Amino acid sequence: MPEPTLTTAARPRGPVSTDARVWRTVPRWPAGRWQRPRRAAGRRTVVVSVAVLVTVALYAAVVPLFTDVDPRVVDLDGYLRPPSGEHLLGTDLLGRDLFVRCAQALRVSLLLAALAAVVSTVVGVVVGTVAAAVGGRVDKVVMRLVDATNALPHLLLGVVIASLWRGQWWAIVVSIGLTHWTQVARIVRSEILSVRTREHVAVSIVSGASRVQVWSTHLLPAVVPQALIAVVLLLPHAVWHESALSFLGVGLPPNDPSLGTLLEDARSAILAGGWWLLVFPAGLLTATCLAIAGIGGRLRDAAMPKRAVEAQVTG
Amino acid sequence: MTVTTEAPAPTHHRWRAAGRLVRTRLLIALPVTAAVSMATFWLASISPFNPLVAYLGTRYERTSVAERDALAGELGLNDSWIAIWGRWARDVVLHWDWGQSRSLARPVSEVLADRLPYTLMLAGTGLVLAVVLSLVLGVRAARYPGGPTDRIATGLGYALQGIPPFVVALVVIGVFALGLGMPVGGASDGGADPTWGSIARHIVLPASVLALSQLPWLLLNVRSSVLAALTEDHVTAARGRGLKDRTVVWRHALPGALLPFVTVIGARLPELVTGALLVETVFSWPGLASATVEAAVSGDFPLLAAVTVLTCLAVLIGSMLADALYLFVDPRVDDA
Repeated sequence: MPEPTLTTAARPRGPVSTDARVWRTVPRWPAGRWQRPRRAAGRRTVVVSVAVLVTVALYAAVVPLFTDVDPRVVDLDGYLRPPSGEHLLGTDLLGRDLFVRCAQALRVSLLLAALAAVVSTVVGVVVGTVAAAVGGRVDKVVMRLVDATNALPHLLLGVVIASLWRGQWWAIVVSIGLTHWTQVARIVRSEILSVRTREHVAVSIVSGASRVQVWSTHLLPAVVPQALIAVVLLLPHAVWHESALSFLGVGLPPNDPSLGTLLEDARSAILAGGWWLLVFPAGLLTATCLAIAGIGGRLRDAAMPKRAVEAQVTG
Repeated sequence: MTVTTEAPAPTHHRWRAAGRLVRTRLLIALPVTAAVSMATFWLASISPFNPLVAYLGTRYERTSVAERDALAGELGLNDSWIAIWGRWARDVVLHWDWGQSRSLARPVSEVLADRLPYTLMLAGTGLVLAVVLSLVLGVRAARYPGGPTDRIATGLGYALQGIPPFVVALVVIGVFALGLGMPVGGASDGGADPTWGSIARHIVLPASVLALSQLPWLLLNVRSSVLAALTEDHVTAARGRGLKDRTVVWRHALPGALLPFVTVIGARLPELVTGALLVETVFSWPGLASATVEAAVSGDFPLLAAVTVLTCLAVLIGSMLADALYLFVDPRVDDA
């Protein structure tokens, strides 16, 4: 069944159309240039992504440490001030400093997203490994479970879980983790199945290696890079998901802002003309997501060029 | 799925194959839906969520402990979660009784009937818009790879994947509502009863944002499958016969290239729900998705459970229909 793919790996070789207008767009030399599958993430993308991510992470880590402005203090006299020397990014509807609040929100969002990505990956690796190791009926049931989970609207399930445990950070992590393990499980399972048929594994079995030895020296190590890449690929999606839950009002309490909480504030603020309350949190969220996705895409292409299509963590 | 190169099977075979597919998929969809509803009830039973507080609302503080116990016994809240689920499922299946929505103070079934048309309207318009846009842009991008349309379309596609729809929605509100004075909230102005005209004006922005949130996947899919189709033998043959470029693309390459598109749309349905949840909330669209969010925020469990279960069922059936449709549009596929 064809899945929606995000890569352009299917770009065909050779001229696509004999239409004259196309030929004009095709550089004759160097001949291979436009025929090579154009990657989602080239080298320049990676450099920019890393730079953006480092800046953002430093901002989130450092700013709350070196500030004497309490972001929770309400200052009703200085509400909705545009960016100025005193408040670098302006103030919100309750007069709280947006520069500090953004840094804290970013911290919360990144931490929760990282936890959620790790949880999803751990669940996925365990499930995928069990499916591949046991095989047979268990494998079938697990793969059906993967299909079923994929077919369900994730955000809706997240809303249900997060609303039942209102304001609990771990509920957000669990709700993301429980819905995003499927792709990892699928990749891990197929990786183990394919490594198991390779010659070096056959040789080690023939030379008397026990089952435990085969698994610990050949099969499980093969999964590790996949798992690490999966964490990075899941990360932007987790940031996205967490901010969506907070935005809908079932996330963290307003005193511990995440980027979603700030954007929820922005919803009423932009109607009052407070564009900075939308632009800065939204910009941070977008920049972070795109930067991590850029790095993740490059990692994936580098680690498994043939799997570029399969390994897409979507949905 | 087997792809054969022989003569296409007669139509009644396709109907039979589609029937088989529907049967097997329903055999999966119904248990999955039941499992989702059970999981929802189980989670509610182990969570700190207190149904009595939701039932009594502000009166909860004023009722004594004995009264609370009595009421809980009367409502059957002391039973195990599976018993509560059993009663709920029986009421739903036999009487179409989804319980009482606390936050809206109406039966859930009424809320569903009221709000569903709005969600269908929004999701339908958004999906049609996304499909049309992705077809126009995707085909053009594939015809002139590396050209300006291609670069803009793929760039847009990759960028939109990383931007959450509610951010797009907020930006759209900032630009079009504040700058151009387009309506942003609800389906009518100032609490008036919605008319077709007011709905048409109010649906523009939410439907566009919903379309944008689905665009990247559809667009990139169209682009890559049309690119692949343009290299196929029968397309080269059509060119060799001297047909016009337009005819070659639209009549020879496109039909084959777009077959998988049907299933892609089916597979995107869960994401359409996600988009609807966010877009309806931002634009206060009076649909089911915004009701879900309100239900979640105000602890309205009956409504939340109903919407969750129905949405899961709708998504599973939708993707089943998409796959069944595939049997009819692609004559090469004889089973699925």
